[in-house]
Amino acid sequence: MAGSEYVTCFPEVREPLLNLKGGPGKNKRLLPAPFDTSGAHDLPGTRDLPDLPDVSEVETVRHFTRLSRLNYGIDHGMYPLGSCTMKYNPKITEEIAARLAPIHPADTEAMEPVLKRLAQLQDHLGKICGMDACSLWPAAGAHGELTGMMVISSALKSRGEHRRTVLIPDTAHGTNPASCTIAGFATKAIPSGEKGYLEASILRQHLDQDTAALMITNPNTLGIFEQEISAIAGLLHENGSYLYMDGANLNAIMGITRPGDMGVDCMHVNLHKSFGTPHGGGGPGSGPVLVRKDLEPFLPTPRIVCNGSGAYVLEEEPYPESIGKVHSCLGNVSVCIKALAYILSLGPRGLREAATTASLNALYLKNRLKKLFDLAYETPTLHEFVLSDTLQKEGGVTTMDLAKALMDFGFHPPTVYFPLVVAGALMIEPTETEPLEELDRFVRAMENIAAMSREEPEKTHESPLAAPVFRVDEVWAARNLTLTWPDKRIQPEEKGI
Amino acid sequence: MSYISHNGEDLGKILAAIGIERPEEVFSSIPPALRCDADLALEGPKDEESLRRDLDFRASRVAFAGGGIYRHHIPAIVDALASRQEFVTAYTPYQPEISQGTLQAIFEYQSMMAGLTGMEVSNASMYDGATALAEAALMALRIKGIRRVAVTRAMQPSYRRVLRTYLAHAEVEAIVEVPFDPVTGQTDLVALEKSIGPDTALFIQSPNYFGVIEPMEQVTRIVSNTAGFWGIVVTEALSLGILKAPGEYGPDVVVGEAQSFGNPAGAGGPLLGFFCTRKEHVRRMPGRVAGLTKDREGSQAFCLTLSTREQHIRREKATSNICTNQGLCALRAAIYLSAMGPEGLKKTALQCAAGARFLKGLLMDKGIAPVFSAPVFHEFVIPMLEDRLNELKSTGIVPGVLVSEQYPEIPGSVLVTVTEMNTQEECRWLAANM
Repeated sequence: MAGSEYVTCFPEVREPLLNLKGGPGKNKRLLPAPFDTSGAHDLPGTRDLPDLPDVSEVETVRHFTRLSRLNYGIDHGMYPLGSCTMKYNPKITEEIAARLAPIHPADTEAMEPVLKRLAQLQDHLGKICGMDACSLWPAAGAHGELTGMMVISSALKSRGEHRRTVLIPDTAHGTNPASCTIAGFATKAIPSGEKGYLEASILRQHLDQDTAALMITNPNTLGIFEQEISAIAGLLHENGSYLYMDGANLNAIMGITRPGDMGVDCMHVNLHKSFGTPHGGGGPGSGPVLVRKDLEPFLPTPRIVCNGSGAYVLEEEPYPESIGKVHSCLGNVSVCIKALAYILSLGPRGLREAATTASLNALYLKNRLKKLFDLAYETPTLHEFVLSDTLQKEGGVTTMDLAKALMDFGFHPPTVYFPLVVAGALMIEPTETEPLEELDRFVRAMENIAAMSREEPEKTHESPLAAPVFRVDEVWAARNLTLTWPDKRIQPEEKGI
Repeated sequence: MSYISHNGEDLGKILAAIGIERPEEVFSSIPPALRCDADLALEGPKDEESLRRDLDFRASRVAFAGGGIYRHHIPAIVDALASRQEFVTAYTPYQPEISQGTLQAIFEYQSMMAGLTGMEVSNASMYDGATALAEAALMALRIKGIRRVAVTRAMQPSYRRVLRTYLAHAEVEAIVEVPFDPVTGQTDLVALEKSIGPDTALFIQSPNYFGVIEPMEQVTRIVSNTAGFWGIVVTEALSLGILKAPGEYGPDVVVGEAQSFGNPAGAGGPLLGFFCTRKEHVRRMPGRVAGLTKDREGSQAFCLTLSTREQHIRREKATSNICTNQGLCALRAAIYLSAMGPEGLKKTALQCAAGARFLKGLLMDKGIAPVFSAPVFHEFVIPMLEDRLNELKSTGIVPGVLVSEQYPEIPGSVLVTVTEMNTQEECRWLAANM
């Protein structure tokens, strides 16, 4: 059983750093040279030749191709990172977005149809979320949070109020408190109830006249729908506070229920999660912000408007209450166009089907895995669920071991040690695009790992064995901080590698 | 189109395993009052051919537009390699054993950016140059004694506006703008000296928004002994191929925009903010960073490091809230720099400078003098009314970016940019149609 599905064919090569390759004169690229450069020698303060690798085209291609083979992506297999919504990224959306490449934003003729489509995305996100207005400029989820909290801060100021505390449930993403701090707020963590969702009665104890807002993720990072959300919104509004929703988990509820109907005042969505745009190994993402009517004046500039002659243009003024610009241009435009293409591709029913299937797939895994691993909460869940290493820890096997062992079965591990409310958490989100065969393969891998944890626990500490490198020493990296390639004068062995 | 793989049989098995009859039952935990009854009023579904037809975008024929976003040659291998799905469809490399490709590429990007800027450290990227500047200012304000921020008025207007947005929510005593000399287009050094002190973090852009190269030797003499903290902003990374590495002037940070390195103009984004600093500031630095390490057997490996500064560990005390950055854009920059090499980058930078001088000569022959007298890199301000600018745009030629909108003190002015993507013929055509 165990071992029968081991992956044994990860790449065979270990690729040296680019600066150790090539040599003077290797790069023979013929470059566009329309001008006579003899006139350009009046430049003040010039440099010697920049210190870059001098490699041929073939060496560049081999280098980055080999590096790519050391990576695991969605197109390899299931990537069940909880709250990251690693769903399949449609290729057609990439093809469409590539058409934007040659357009300079000052090219107003070419930009008009782009702005028209961006306006459509704003409209469609508004309808999906049940919100009144949208700004597409935040370049990532955390940027959206920051923008949203600045909107709330400015709205409070315009009301002549100086509320400085934002309440954040203990299940929240780390970006929530960090974004609040940069927006000038103090944060206070509040416990979610025993059932894994925030109870209105708990919130009530923490509300006072300094409460600016509650920042909540719904469904939350345990995969649980915040059942008391409407009562929570009511309490906040009665208290003069705002309800901010982190839309990281919107994929679970698209077309099913709308944050606007829950009483949410301000929220962001992650286009690189719910709307199928690729994560790119760490961006570019996109984190549009949506608000209710009363917060619209505070949204960032520029605004997309349809002028008298029916053309879409950008306006910086007059928006005296706007928080201002949050990006030098228009955020991650091509990511927005990919997300629009995704929405148009699926249509309203397709979005519903995606949300429904995301939960079906997660519940299927949960039901099959809860016999083998400790399930942190019995409360019904949607698109993701959290297991822990409680049953395996007795034999000395930790969540980290379980995660690394999964690599040897050809899977990316789930999100680990998060949310913080579950010790040794394994947060699993398969998404709607996983075929049943892949879900079953994942179950078999987890069964194998559970058996290995009982029978040969020490073996799990050694995993991964089939990945391009063995377990990586992250402590060594922090203690021997090396953030650029070693100076050519220093040999790698002197650094102890 | 649907990207769901289940057929009816699969669905039946899944429902049976969960123990429900109909798929909608998965939502039983959502209060019925909150559920949508009808389909949302969205367009779609559409097949691929309809999407291709409906989402059709095209650029104008000729453009001399820059001003922070630039059109440069992108070698074919950049798209070919950066579109490999192993890079595109991976998440942030939190699991280093199966993310060595992304991690090593980030490490190489950091190394090349640190080398080009002449700084010791680079992070893994920021959203864009403007947010890199804003984060640099926030970093400076966390240093004891720094209470004011000064920026040059000749700095890219959108950067100054983003900076103001961020600082409106931070503890800062004043934000000062240092004026420029209306004749040369360079920052007024007398005013600069008066604007700064040990409590000030100064940021100066060179080449500045007018394309003018600031007198960095003199600036350094004034600033290095006076300002509590200072940074150089570079909005055209390609200038690093020919101009002295800004780090040689001794700033605390060099931040800016590296879109020019292998990333297209792209209708305005994604861009690529870079953030370089000195080792002494590394624990205050915002954003992710990849570090060298070893695996259990002692082999070379890479992982994200210094994460105790970051939001997922430090939460409200993090140095920044940034999480997802511009990873794939940084990868493109790394591939681009590898493709161009030292000679290629320098030659291309020289082409840009030469192109600007060629166009300037043609305009001078027609009696059109640039607005500013100081030397430029590859863009310069010319007198042109907004109406004329728009007229030319409607004929499929973009002569530049309107400057007077952001600088009422320079009415009727346009910033014209020449890169290696323009031809002599295009320059002649523009000069003839002024």
